[in-house]
Parts: sequence; structure tokens; C-alpha cells
Amino acid sequence: MKKLLLASTATAMLAGAAGAEEVKLGIIFGFTGPLESITPHMAAGAELAMKEVSESGLFLDGSTVTPIRADSTCVDASAATAAAERLVTSDGVKAIIGADCSGVTGAILQNVARPQGVVQISPSSTSPGLSEVEDDGLFFRTAPSDARQGAVMADIISGRGTTDVAVTYTNNDYGKGLADSFAAAFTEKGGNVTISAAHDDGKADYSAEVAALAAAGGELLVVAGYVDQGGRGIVQNAIDTGAFDTFYLPDGMYGPSLIEAIGDSLDGSYGDVPAAEGENVDTYHEMATAAGFDGTSSYAAESYDAAALVLLAMQAAKSSNGADYKGKIMDVANAPGEKINPGELSKALELIAAGQDVDYVGATNVEMAEPGESLGTFREYDITGGAVETVGFR
Amino acid sequence: MDILNALVAFANFVFIPAVAYGAQLALGALGVTLIYGILRFSNFAHGDTMAFGTTLTILITALMQGAGISFGPLPTALLALPFAIVLTGIVLVGTDRAVYRFYRKQRAAPVILTMVSLGVMFIMNGVVRFIIGVEDVTFADGERFVIGAREFRDATGLAEGLAIRTTQVITLVVAAIAVALLFWFLNRTRTGKSMRAFSDNEDLALLSGINPERVVQVTWLIVAALATTAGVLYGLDKSFKAFTYFQLLLPIFASAVVGGLGNPLGAIAGGFVIAFSEVGVTYAWKKVATYVLPESLAPDGLAQLLSTDYKFAVSFAILILVLLFMPTGLFKGKSV
Repeated sequence: MKKLLLASTATAMLAGAAGAEEVKLGIIFGFTGPLESITPHMAAGAELAMKEVSESGLFLDGSTVTPIRADSTCVDASAATAAAERLVTSDGVKAIIGADCSGVTGAILQNVARPQGVVQISPSSTSPGLSEVEDDGLFFRTAPSDARQGAVMADIISGRGTTDVAVTYTNNDYGKGLADSFAAAFTEKGGNVTISAAHDDGKADYSAEVAALAAAGGELLVVAGYVDQGGRGIVQNAIDTGAFDTFYLPDGMYGPSLIEAIGDSLDGSYGDVPAAEGENVDTYHEMATAAGFDGTSSYAAESYDAAALVLLAMQAAKSSNGADYKGKIMDVANAPGEKINPGELSKALELIAAGQDVDYVGATNVEMAEPGESLGTFREYDITGGAVETVGFR
Repeated sequence: MDILNALVAFANFVFIPAVAYGAQLALGALGVTLIYGILRFSNFAHGDTMAFGTTLTILITALMQGAGISFGPLPTALLALPFAIVLTGIVLVGTDRAVYRFYRKQRAAPVILTMVSLGVMFIMNGVVRFIIGVEDVTFADGERFVIGAREFRDATGLAEGLAIRTTQVITLVVAAIAVALLFWFLNRTRTGKSMRAFSDNEDLALLSGINPERVVQVTWLIVAALATTAGVLYGLDKSFKAFTYFQLLLPIFASAVVGGLGNPLGAIAGGFVIAFSEVGVTYAWKKVATYVLPESLAPDGLAQLLSTDYKFAVSFAILILVLLFMPTGLFKGKSV
């Protein structure tokens, strides 16, 4: 009898150590607040990856994955911190997917993720500031930092032999961040920024802004603005007055409405957008439609990739403990290894279990760089004959 | 050659935009000043009256375009303008009947009427947004340029381009016609004279048998014409957006005050003073200076007095200076 009891206890303990468990992942996005229209799709994206992994039965000896949602509010750091704290301490989540907005992401990282040693991965925080914070190796993001686009812009422009440019940016954090990171990268490459001036959105008349830009001069005008806002007004006025003929149009300025509104005069202008094309993206969109949400919604694909990366890293570390798997995220995200497309997570789990390397590509062509952030892919485009033509990817 | 280049750059980036903008402000300020002179209050609803008139014009323009009516190289909106003026006039006279007349009967203080106009402003603001939305609307059609910058460069061989948009020329022509008609009406017609008499001395005018309600009605009709014309010209030249028309209230009031409230001539001068200061103070003079000055004196910086972000601050500053030192404005208006 005593022996039997001992034996059964031992079996139970063994099962507990190596057997199936329920791994909980926290999803903390601003389900209320300024991003409330896109966050349901982001959460659905993350949950899609979890479901795929959970249903494969191959994850950590048949463990299941359960998502738990919490509200980051996007703007209220203390509410976000409290929600994240609850996820970790009372729900016992093994990773935090989120947050969405850079400000609350930073707050959760410092107040919850680091003290508790939980891995945090954000699909949508693009502030360059997050690259420099102390994170104990726990913080990752599948969206590229705005600083990265600035460097890409500098590469493209100086690659075309342009040395003198004027910059105008929309008067907010996005515009200023992009303009500053571009100016720094471009100056480093030997280029010269003649003027970097802000413009406000929502005005009817940009002649004074364009006049100042024209006076400073330059071969090219970089417009870090919004296509349906001040950015278009600036481009229109600059063409009308003959101040500039060629424009560089980064992501916020990419859109059919600009070419429609301005027409042939845009020929010869060029720019970049975060690449959202290719077979993998299409596959992902189909998966999303089948699952009943909009995969084309902003950052929904990045959210899928964020959850997938965390789960694959756990598989690689054979543990759902943050301290064990945090080092594996970069391994599964980058070469060498078998390429993993969206919808192929069970294949990845199998390969990892067999001890092979994987290179997670996912829905957004994930390639991670230190300190744990996606490089992002940018599509360089030309405007020729009133249409957008892809030049290449960077 | 350099002098010519400097002149062209100045004309292209300062003179032409400022003249067109000044004409638009002047028409707006004329409306404000007429209300102030005759009805004796500052009409805060003026910016939104402009937006309302422009909204009607845009809708009528769309109808006309749908019916295949066009004005050749000129914008169709000019054909729609008279209809919109009539409709706006009806709305303004109606507003006066429904709202302002009550307070006039009470002999309410001007500041109360001003507050009432604030209420009317919010309602009109909402109505305009309800009808046409908050987005940018571009309704200019027809020929875009009289001279394009590239053609000018190719034709003259100068380094600087000069662009004159059709809408800028139209603004000046229409504004000139409107002002001429207004002055003819005020100075030559019986109704115009009775309006001026009413403005100069209300009691004396009443004694000499002028019908005050008729003067008020005619005033609103003229204001409707001026506001709609100003709004349409601004919208044609730039673009229409409900919010920007609300913001126009500041430079328009600044123009009216600078010129002297209640004085039509002053409103016109004020419009151009404000427009030229806004554009001139925020313009980076580097290019012009580099052409004109010898190389050793050419500026390294942008030679810009104020960043363009502060454009509205210029109207504010002028407004404060004028109120401090010349409360009656450049052309002896009524003191505020």
C-alpha cells in the first residue's frame, strides 16, 4: 500500500513536470480608447496563432494555450499597469502580448514585465525610444521602430544621388520622430537637410509653409505627413508654385488619393511603405477571413507573429518560463533554419521538437535585430505615369 | 537677371498669394464691418456663414455638373454662386427674424447680441458639418492655371518660376466687382444712403422716417452676398473644410478692426494689411536676399522672422497693437 502510494505520487509529479499544462498568454491592447477600432482585429490575430498552436497538440507535450484579454486603454499608463499586473499575478500568464501604444507599453515593461520576469512582445509600438530602454532582454516587438524607416529613407534617397533635401513633417510625434531620425541618418550619409519645418494638419492654405521650404531650397522635398491631410496640401501647393518637382513620400503619404488628386505632376516622385505584399500576407488574410476577422487591419498581422514567436520560443526552450525562453525568440525569428510561413506553426513545432532550427517568416516577413525588434520590410516605389511601381524591398 | 529672379520669387511666393488671400479677407471683413456698423454687434457667426454659403454653392455646383452645365475654362461654382447667395440671404433674414429681432426689440446691449451670434455660430457650424461633413472638399473645375511655373521658366529662361492660378485671378476680379457694387449701392442708391444714415445716427434716421426693419433686412442680404462670395473664392483658391472657415474668423476680425470697425474702406485695407503681414513675416527671405544682395552679404540662415506655425499669432499681434495704440483703426472706424 505504501509502495503504491509512493509510486502514484511519483507518477503524478512526473506528469506535472513534463506533461501537458495550460499555458496562459496575456493579450493587453487598448480595447477602449483611441485605437479601439483596430485592437479587436489585433487580438483576434494573436488568438489565431494561439489556437493554431493549441490545436496542433504538438506544443510542449500536448499543452494547450489560453488567451486572456486585458485593456491597456492606450493612453492611461496606470490603468494599463494595473491590468498587466493582474494578468501576471492573478491569471499567471507566461507572456504579455502588447501593449499597443508606445507609452503604455513602456509603462508595463518597467512596472510589470521586468519586476516579474515575464516576456513582453508588442506588435504595434513603434516609438524609437523603446529601443533604448532597459528591458533585461524581456522586451520584443514585431513592428519596426520609426527610426528604422528614417534610416531606410536616407538609404533610398542618397542611393539615388540626391544630396540636398528639404523636409516637412506633420506636427505630431510620428512626424517629428520620422523627420528627426531621417535627418540624423541622412546627415551621417553626407547628405544635407536644408530645412526641417513642421506643418499643421487641417488647414486650407499651405502657401506660407511652402514658401519657407522653397526659400531653403533642395532637390527634393521629403513630406513626412498624412496623405489626406496637410501632406497633400503641401505637395499640391509646392507643385502649383513650382517650388519642388520631386517628392519623397513615406508611409503616411502612400495612398491612391494623392495620385488621384494631383495627377501627372507626381511623376518622378518616389517613396516607401512598410511592405504588406506577397504570398504570406495573402495566406494570412485568407486565414483571418476564415477565422472571422479582418487581417488587413493595421497591426493584425504583427499580432499574429508576436504570439507565434513567443510560442515557438517556448517550444524551443521546452519551457514556458520567461527566463528560459526569452533568449530563444531571436533564434526562432531569424535564419538559419526552415522558413515558417503563416499557418505552418504545427510544422514549426514539429521541427523544433525534432531539434531542428526554424526561421519564422510569418505574416510580416519577420526579421529581428538587436535589441529584439523587427527590422520590417519596406517597399521602395516610384510613381510613373500616374501609377505606383515597386522598385524593390529593403 | 538676378534682380528679375528676386522679383519673380517674391511675386510667386509672397505677392500673388498675399493679394489673393487679402482680397478674400477683405470681402469677409466687409461683411463683419457692415453688421458692426448697422446692427452694432460683432457677428461671430460670420465665418460659419461663409461656410454655409460655400456649402450651398458646392451642392448647387454638383447639381450643375451633374446636369452637364459648365462655365468653360472658369469654375462652375461661379454660376452656382448667385443661387447660393439668394438661399443664404433667405437663411440669414430668417435667422434675424427668429433670433436677433427679439434681442433688438429688447434694446439688448451689443455684448449680448455678440453672445447670441456665438450661439448662431455653433448651430450653423453643426448644420454645415451635418450637410457636407468635416472632410476637405475640392470643388474647383475648369482651367487650373493662367501661367504655370514650368511654362514660365521655359518661356523666360529665368531660374525662378511664376505661377498664377485661375482662381487667384478670379478672386481679384470678383472681389473688385463686389466691392464696386457695394460702394455704388451705399453711396448712390436711396436704400444705401438710408443704411449709412442708420449707421451714423440711429435716432436721427428713425426720425426722418427710415424703416429700421427694412435697413436690417437689406444689410443681411448684402452680408449674405459678401460672405458667400468670400467663402466661395477662398474655397476655390484653397479648399473647403468646415473647420478652416471657423478659424478664418480671427484674421477676418483682425482685418475689420485694423481698418476700423464699421468703415467699409478700412475693411478692405485691413484685409490686405493682415494678409501681407501673415505671409511676409513668416516668409523665409533667404532666396530673395541671395539674389539681390552681393555674395558677401547673403544670409546663411533662412532669414525668416517667425516660423510658419505662428501664422495666426501675426493676426493676434496686429490686433492687440491696433487696439492698444489706434483703437479706431487705420480709417477712423468706431472704437471697440
